[in-house]
Amino acid sequence: MSAISKRFPGVVALDRVDFHIAAGEIVGLVGENGAGKSTLMKILTGIHRADSGTISIDGAPVVMHGPADAARPGIAIIHQEPEVIETIDVAGNVFLGREPLRAGPLRLLDRRRMEAETVRQLARIGSEIPPRTVLQRLSTAQQQFVAIARALSMNARLLVLDEPTSSLGASEAERLFQVLQDLRSTGTAIVYISHRLREIEALADRTVVLRDGRNAGLLHRDELTRHRLVQLMVGRAIASDAPPSRPAGHPNAPGASEPGLHVDRVSTTRYPAVEVSLRVNRGEVLGLAGLIGAGRSELAEAICGVSPRVSGRVVLDGHPVPPDSPRDAIRAGLCLVPQDRRHHGVIAPMSVRENLTLPAVGSFARFGLVKQTTEGRAADAVATNLQVKTSSIEAAAATLSGGNQQKVVLGKWLARQPRVIIFDEPTQGVDVGAKAEIHRLIRELADRGTTVVMISSDMDEIVAESDRVAVMHEGRITGILDKSACTPEAIMQLATA
Amino acid sequence: MTRKELAVFLLLAALCAIVAVASPQFLSPANLQNLARLVGMYGIFSIGVGMVIITGGIDLSVGSICALLGVLLSMMLVEWGWPAGIALVAVVLLGGCLGAAHGALIARLGLQPFIVTLCGLLLYRGAARYVAGDSTKGFGTVEGFEWVRSLASGSVGGVPMPFVVMCVVAAMAWVLLHRSVYGRHLFAVGHNVEATRYSGVDTRAVIAWAYVLSGILAAVSAILIAFYTNSISPASHGNFYELYAIAAAVVGGCSLRGGEGTVLGIVMGAALLQVLRNLVNLLDIPGSLDFAVMGAVILIGAIADQLFGQRRRSIP
Repeated sequence: MSAISKRFPGVVALDRVDFHIAAGEIVGLVGENGAGKSTLMKILTGIHRADSGTISIDGAPVVMHGPADAARPGIAIIHQEPEVIETIDVAGNVFLGREPLRAGPLRLLDRRRMEAETVRQLARIGSEIPPRTVLQRLSTAQQQFVAIARALSMNARLLVLDEPTSSLGASEAERLFQVLQDLRSTGTAIVYISHRLREIEALADRTVVLRDGRNAGLLHRDELTRHRLVQLMVGRAIASDAPPSRPAGHPNAPGASEPGLHVDRVSTTRYPAVEVSLRVNRGEVLGLAGLIGAGRSELAEAICGVSPRVSGRVVLDGHPVPPDSPRDAIRAGLCLVPQDRRHHGVIAPMSVRENLTLPAVGSFARFGLVKQTTEGRAADAVATNLQVKTSSIEAAAATLSGGNQQKVVLGKWLARQPRVIIFDEPTQGVDVGAKAEIHRLIRELADRGTTVVMISSDMDEIVAESDRVAVMHEGRITGILDKSACTPEAIMQLATA
Repeated sequence: MTRKELAVFLLLAALCAIVAVASPQFLSPANLQNLARLVGMYGIFSIGVGMVIITGGIDLSVGSICALLGVLLSMMLVEWGWPAGIALVAVVLLGGCLGAAHGALIARLGLQPFIVTLCGLLLYRGAARYVAGDSTKGFGTVEGFEWVRSLASGSVGGVPMPFVVMCVVAAMAWVLLHRSVYGRHLFAVGHNVEATRYSGVDTRAVIAWAYVLSGILAAVSAILIAFYTNSISPASHGNFYELYAIAAAVVGGCSLRGGEGTVLGIVMGAALLQVLRNLVNLLDIPGSLDFAVMGAVILIGAIADQLFGQRRRSIP
């Protein structure tokens, strides 16, 4: 692949990226969230089309119109969560969409051939899963192997693995590495995408680093160290671009000895064995950094009661918050601006007014009936205050831009004067202007004494907007950085621990 | 009126005009009164089912509830000699309890609404037949509850009582759906249950109450229908009523995906179905075709909505 560029509306995802791989080679592909790894691989596997640049296989340029064009020369991708159908058996998954048929007019399935071929492909990767096992009875690792067997049965010569170990245990991951090394020795080319730099060190012959959609560097096995990788991922340019300093919270605010939010040994369903503790002061913005899959959103959801807490306590200004109920959390003054705006934030077909007042519509009611003028005035005030750009507060939330929808989600909570507010990726998919306004609002909230936690994958945002930064990796908090120590390198070191 | 309401209204008006031209009998007071009586009885339980559909659920049990409660009402009054007032209250409470059971299974245990209410459909039908010993029940000439009977067969100023009752129910439902906090939560749950839960609304209670209301309204119409027919054969009484209700709601603008629908639309949907049945009678179309006529008209309406409504829907 050479000089590949790809633009999405409003962002350049890839800018003249080069990438090549030879038979029998494992190439690591690393970069921060949003660096362009996935986009590059989606272009390679025909899911997206590049705006410019060429893809050549065995020296001949090819044009890919869709995934089928990538499958023909033997390119296969295995996603983070194995894309298998859990209700059918192994052989059925391996041959899905290209089932062999028996001779004759009835077009019956040739089960015998399917099963024999499945056993053969699984044997190649050292697995003995019976071909008639239904997939939901297999572990994630075994499902991963089925996906690999499927790729191999399609004569894959180039295998792309996107974060394959994120749902695997240590021994299962070991198994997978062994399989990959065996495949390499038989001439398969493998692209290995991972946030876990240890795995990259162990596996990759070469490692390609992307940053902001560009080639940031290339490291051969003998020159690869974690430190070098982190440096390339973050880039020196950002480090010298020091963020403006800010007053670090309100250490003298009344009751500062008691944290606004105390997360006490909480564990989530995603990482049930890990207990997280965290103290956030009133008037402080605590950044929560980490790579995708580090468990930040899961922690936020468990704190706010939208997903179950396996164990632990959440204490707000000294009062424990009951678990498993967003309603109780909100009553206690703990609000969440969720990451998935479309599914958890706004109700797209309903009006801006109805969205803004949803958590508090009861407060505009007498005898259960909504006083519409009072409600409208309140919604209008919030919309004006937040400068929500909309034709009218009666317009459906769906008609607003991402940034303005985000302001609506935030606006839901402002009227309640929350004591603690957790933002999960507050400016994801938001344009520059709205982003600045949201940052200003977050700072205003903190200045008024609200306890703020801000999850963000945007390194600049984390560094610039936080008073302190907690970094998570695989469900744990690997470090807390004070404003002075908070640099992209330091965060990335902790995030890849 | 919303666009959907206007469309149903126009369709209803056009149908009435066609039938009126084709058969002068349509506009005769007797026919109109009977039509209004039927619209009233069917409209009441359709409003209840419509509320369930707005949550994104479904209620298949109303026909069987109608049969079971009709049988019990007859037995309470005729065989057990209960005072009419107590019997009515008992029937309405029982309807609410059955709805509450559905709501609990769906909202608390997370069972699928289709399954729960389908089992209700089968269970209550069986219960009705068993309780009645599979024999037809009625109210005969027993005296002492004429005022109840007049709810079904009487009229005020020429307007049949069931229609009046439906108007009262519809007005209450309109306030509940379109003006109350509960109504706001109901539509929010139907559009996006997760975002509503994230906003701190007790979504499970909202959903469960919709089934309770559906059960109560099914009970109210069960009382009217029992007195109207005055003969309740437990195996066939109320058959297909759940489908009338779903059809009325969908014709009236409810989306089976939830979040959409209006009380006025549902009532007009219920009326449309009764006009179609009336049309089959008046125009000498073989009675065996009445379901086919209804199916065809609803299908044509749905196709027209899909074709002409598409441009609107493609706007995000």
